[in-house]
Amino acid sequence: MEFAQQLLQYLVSGFSTGAIYALIGLGFAIIYNATGIINFAQGEFVMLGGMLTLFFLNVARFGMIPSIILAILVATLCGVVFNRLAIKPLKKPSPLNLVIITIGGSILMRGLAMLIWDKDTHAVPAFSGSEPLDLAGATILPQHLWIFGITILAIAGNKFFFYYTISGRAMRACSYNSRAASLVGIAVERMVLFSFLLSSALGAVAGIIVAPLTMTSYDVGVMLGLKGFCAAIIGGMSSGIGTVLGGIILGILEALGAGLISSGYKDAIAFIILLLILFVRPQGLFRKAETERV
Amino acid sequence: MAEGRMRGSAAPNNLYFPLTLTLSLREREFSRQYHLKRELLKFAIFTILVLLLPLAAKEGYILNVLVFVGIHSILAIALNLLLGYAGQISLGHAGFFGLGAYISGVLTATHGQNPWLAMCYAAGAVGILAFVIGFPILKLKGHYLAMATLGLGIIIYILFNETVDLTGGPSGLSGIPNLTLGTLTFDNDLKNYYLVWTFTLVAILLAVNLANSRIGRALRAIHDSETAARLMGINARFLKVQVFALSALLCSVAGSLYAHVMTFVAPASFGFNFSVELVTMVIIGGLGSIYGSVLGAAILTLLPELLRAFQDYDIIIYGLILILMTMFLPGGLVSMAPVFMSLLRGRRKQPGGAHAEA
Repeated sequence: MEFAQQLLQYLVSGFSTGAIYALIGLGFAIIYNATGIINFAQGEFVMLGGMLTLFFLNVARFGMIPSIILAILVATLCGVVFNRLAIKPLKKPSPLNLVIITIGGSILMRGLAMLIWDKDTHAVPAFSGSEPLDLAGATILPQHLWIFGITILAIAGNKFFFYYTISGRAMRACSYNSRAASLVGIAVERMVLFSFLLSSALGAVAGIIVAPLTMTSYDVGVMLGLKGFCAAIIGGMSSGIGTVLGGIILGILEALGAGLISSGYKDAIAFIILLLILFVRPQGLFRKAETERV
Repeated sequence: MAEGRMRGSAAPNNLYFPLTLTLSLREREFSRQYHLKRELLKFAIFTILVLLLPLAAKEGYILNVLVFVGIHSILAIALNLLLGYAGQISLGHAGFFGLGAYISGVLTATHGQNPWLAMCYAAGAVGILAFVIGFPILKLKGHYLAMATLGLGIIIYILFNETVDLTGGPSGLSGIPNLTLGTLTFDNDLKNYYLVWTFTLVAILLAVNLANSRIGRALRAIHDSETAARLMGINARFLKVQVFALSALLCSVAGSLYAHVMTFVAPASFGFNFSVELVTMVIIGGLGSIYGSVLGAAILTLLPELLRAFQDYDIIIYGLILILMTMFLPGGLVSMAPVFMSLLRGRRKQPGGAHAEA
């Protein structure tokens, strides 16, 4: 019984971190599908979400909800500006150039965050108290529920956007074949901008809902971003359910590994999984293999 | 699929291709020898500069910084072989550097092994590790390769932190002895300077030689188009793995040197940030330019020393450098050299041979 409770506890925390990874992973997948870019700066929007919320709460003294909305807006703006200033001006970028430039952007954003705020770790207040609830012997915080709820909403919204709105369908068309999409009158350039907008917003949301649980600082983006990428890789870079499952699998494995093996190696687990998947099934766990295209 | 879209034309757009065919064998041999002579001249001038530099920089502090310029140069050259010639990115090279440093450190400080032997063991072990990992990892391309090497680097970094019994964990490993040669102990900055730069010069010679060899040309072919290279009969996969292993091996040697010069190692020196710093060095200097890597290493090592007032904020400058260089000067500083040279010639009306090493 003792063990079963412990296991349940790991599952709860695994699910909640997994949900965060899923949101971040979706951000990766959306940009990748629209542009073929892996945006190494994705994690920084997660950091910006948390840090900006804190800034609007403590310095500007807004309420919780306006702070969150403003944080999402500003982080999204950063994503759009990054796309306009650093990605769009590149004429014929090679993948190598894109890797380097998005890493540059990520370092720059992290550095600026350190300059504007500080190097300390900050606690962010939970959305609705921190009175733990009891779930069959495992404790569950209200913030966990917020994470589950908002993640489900975000994923559902995402699905709706991509399948039932004209912009979303246009973006999907671009991801299949951007030249064909532009021939039927889709403004590919604008769709690329949309993808940056959407994924920075998703990243910021992830950063905001996780901040009360894990605290936030200028450098949380690196690890969260990389693990979000792991989630996307497990899911085969799909901007749908695959990445969500990938995030949850990763979150649960990490929680189990940290609880049953060693918490020191918690971060290593994600990267070992990443390497294994890349070596064995680079197309993701849930996808059929594609032939190599050159 | 994106790769395919971005690569676009794999057509042979090499202007010299028909030219080389029309050259007679003798002419080709002549141009090769001329090229080799120029490389040799460059190397000789550079060696003299390196040998004489301590005369100008007597102050211990500057010499100390120059020792690290030497170590970083080896690392940048090693990464450049992979990144600049073969066109394969690695964001985990700090891990190989750290492995070299830690293997040397643990073998000498804890087990009392001879430092030179330890250096060889480390280089062998890291080379073999990279060779084995190279096969699956270099199957990946572009972004995926970047992420995989990054993951590898982070796993190694976590191991340094967590294997406390072996490495001392986050607080580091101390008591690593200096290198000795007979009765000579490399225990001050001047001696270390000559020690490290001897290795750096050997690395330069090795890299220049490799770059101008058949293998170097094959690597550049892989860089331009792997498919085309494979069609030409180049065993692209095996060659990439070999270069990866060689690159890691060089990093390991640099790591051993670092451990013996510092006599102390801690995980913080081998993290993700340092991997990015290495990539920055190569990019600043110029992809595919050996002396450019030395220049990049020198700039990125001297810059933080000059910008002491900025302290941690040098990270912002790295970020800006990476973005601006990629956008406006993708060939690196070295690509400015011809422009600079022609300016110099135009003004002074004389050939500036002494500047050739830039």
